[in-house]
Amino acid sequence: MKILVCISSVPDTTTKITFTSNNTEFNTSGVQFIINPYDEIALARALEIAEGGDGTVTVIHVGTAEADPVIRKALAMGAANAIRVDAPSRDAFFVSRQIASVAEKEGYDFILCGRESIDYNGAQVGPMISEWMKVPSVSAVKKININEGKALLEREIEGGREIVETSLPFVASCSEGVAEVRIPNMRGIMTARTKPLQVVPAEDVPRLQETASFSVPSARGEVTLIDASEPEKLIQLLREEAKVI
Amino acid sequence: MAVITYIEHTGDRFKKPALDTLSYAREVAALASTTLTVVSIGNVPDAALEELGKYGATRVLKATGEKCNTYDSQAFAGILSAAVEKENAGIIILSGSLSASGLAPRLAVKLNAALVTEVTGLPEINGQQVTVQRNAFSGKAFATVKTNAGVSILTLAPNAFTTVPREEKVEIVPFNSSPANDIPAVIVKETSRETSAVSLPDAERVISGGRGMKGPENWGMLEELATLLGAATACSKPVSDAGWRPHAEHVGQTGITIAPDLYLAVGISGAIQHLAGVSASRVIAVINKDPEAPFFKAADYGIVGDAFEVVPKLIEALKKGD
Ligand SMILES: Cc1cc2nc3c(=O)[nH]c(=O)nc-3n(C[C@H](O)[C@H](O)[C@H](O)COP(=O)(O)OP(=O)(O)OC[C@H]3O[C@@H](n4cnc5c(N)ncnc54)[C@H](O)[C@@H]3O)c2cc1C
Ligand SMILES: Nc1ncnc2c1ncn2[C@@H]1O[C@H](COP(=O)(O)O)[C@@H](O)[C@H]1O
Repeated sequence: MKILVCISSVPDTTTKITFTSNNTEFNTSGVQFIINPYDEIALARALEIAEGGDGTVTVIHVGTAEADPVIRKALAMGAANAIRVDAPSRDAFFVSRQIASVAEKEGYDFILCGRESIDYNGAQVGPMISEWMKVPSVSAVKKININEGKALLEREIEGGREIVETSLPFVASCSEGVAEVRIPNMRGIMTARTKPLQVVPAEDVPRLQETASFSVPSARGEVTLIDASEPEKLIQLLREEAKVI
Repeated sequence: MAVITYIEHTGDRFKKPALDTLSYAREVAALASTTLTVVSIGNVPDAALEELGKYGATRVLKATGEKCNTYDSQAFAGILSAAVEKENAGIIILSGSLSASGLAPRLAVKLNAALVTEVTGLPEINGQQVTVQRNAFSGKAFATVKTNAGVSILTLAPNAFTTVPREEKVEIVPFNSSPANDIPAVIVKETSRETSAVSLPDAERVISGGRGMKGPENWGMLEELATLLGAATACSKPVSDAGWRPHAEHVGQTGITIAPDLYLAVGISGAIQHLAGVSASRVIAVINKDPEAPFFKAADYGIVGDAFEVVPKLIEALKKGD
């Protein structure tokens, strides 16, 4: 079984987000980059499935060499090899086309993505890959089981859950719950250094959009504190001042 | 260059986010000085479709047929792309629901369209170019995006827009499109829905509890408060991780993102990952016994106090006041 996991490199969740160049670029100075948390659990699930049978897990990243430490971390977690498509990850349309091209060439049994990248928050790359490849896609996936050439997946739907079945290959976008995070052990970290990281060129894709500028939400005003001895004042303020109840 | 929108019918009704999306699409059509076509998929009663006039619908394409009865991202993307061609649409508006989010990227690839998700407000339209603001960095920032494609698709962030009342006459046009069956289907085996009184993503008010609530046995008072305020209940991540509350209630960066009118957080510290999921709420009130809790910096109203004393008093005040 060959499994491909798409890894995005994102700022650590505690990062304070600021911008430079007249608010047109994310300020990466001093920022620690990590594997996107959803991709990390998608990878953990892929490794469980591979270990349970006879499989190998490849991770793929579209981006520059700056992300190599993040890719090495994925290898330390247990992926067998990595592919990096060497180009800045412009947008989901671009990224998904690169991944689809590699996948069409290599042929995987299935492809896992995260629900969304926590920097771009597009939730786009997974279903886009599946449309390029003309294979089924399932989003908001909470459980994955592969059995006799078929996949049983649990997905979140509005106000509930659904169990769906699909043939292979397919693309799944993974949400919380799909697996527990895996901490790389010493051996993993040692062997990650020598595992293959193949760098391939990107193909041309038309640019359909651009980010003109960024901004940060305006801060809330000062908090109005209410004395704990008279909490009913809160009800009054919510009713009369804020008008939300 | 028409504007097209897909309206989701869930169970037996159109939910608020679906109607807000329609109303938004009507405003976009007005901004672009063009017509709006609404696509309905499945056996939705004509009477229900006629009601959509109140939200700005005038022309409804009603797609029915074998592939229209259960949601499938490929089949529905196929129907929508046929509708886009038929109506010669240049802008497609979708809600931010899980199902719309699953089909929007497919549609973008099918149509070579620019897709902007998590849109927070009305666009500026200049010929084919659409300029619009979206959420980025998990609620910590906004990005302004310009599209450069024949077709632009926008999906809305939760509560990005509220309905503008209208009074239009609706024309229902039967629409038969059998999407090409080129992709193997995803087969639904089993569906289960949680039956909470108010569903969290749609809720106008939300009462949320954190680790400060000490244990699942103490949720009774939050539920009582929620019932009195017509609110849904939510929780922080450690609370759902510990199994005190279901995962569906977990809000934040790795849970769901909400933007209710009122978010009342009880015994939640206000970690940056938690704030990411709730910071778009209109009004935030916080009850925490620690005056240094970071949540107070992100709140409009705060009570520094013990939840086990404050919450019962709030309940009492609500019960006795009118
Ligand atoms: C990658 C990543 C993703 C994450 N995603 C999320 C997410 O999506 N959502 C999320 O919520 N968290 C998330 N977290 C976790 C987050 O960092 C915090 O650990 C978490 O939000 C803390 O939950 P809490 O506020 O309930 O608990 P605590 O931080 O333990 O806070 C409990 C609070 O209750 C107060 N308290 C205690 N007793 C009382 C009392 N009797 N009355 C009143 N107040 C009381 C305390 O003063 C304290 O402020 C994530 C973390 C990481 C690393
Ligand atoms: N540059 C990238 N390289 C590889 N995979 C990516 C990249 N960007 C996004 N992905 C994958 O696509 C998912 C959704 O990303 P997004 O559409 O940006 O929200 C992520 O969780 C990753 O699995």
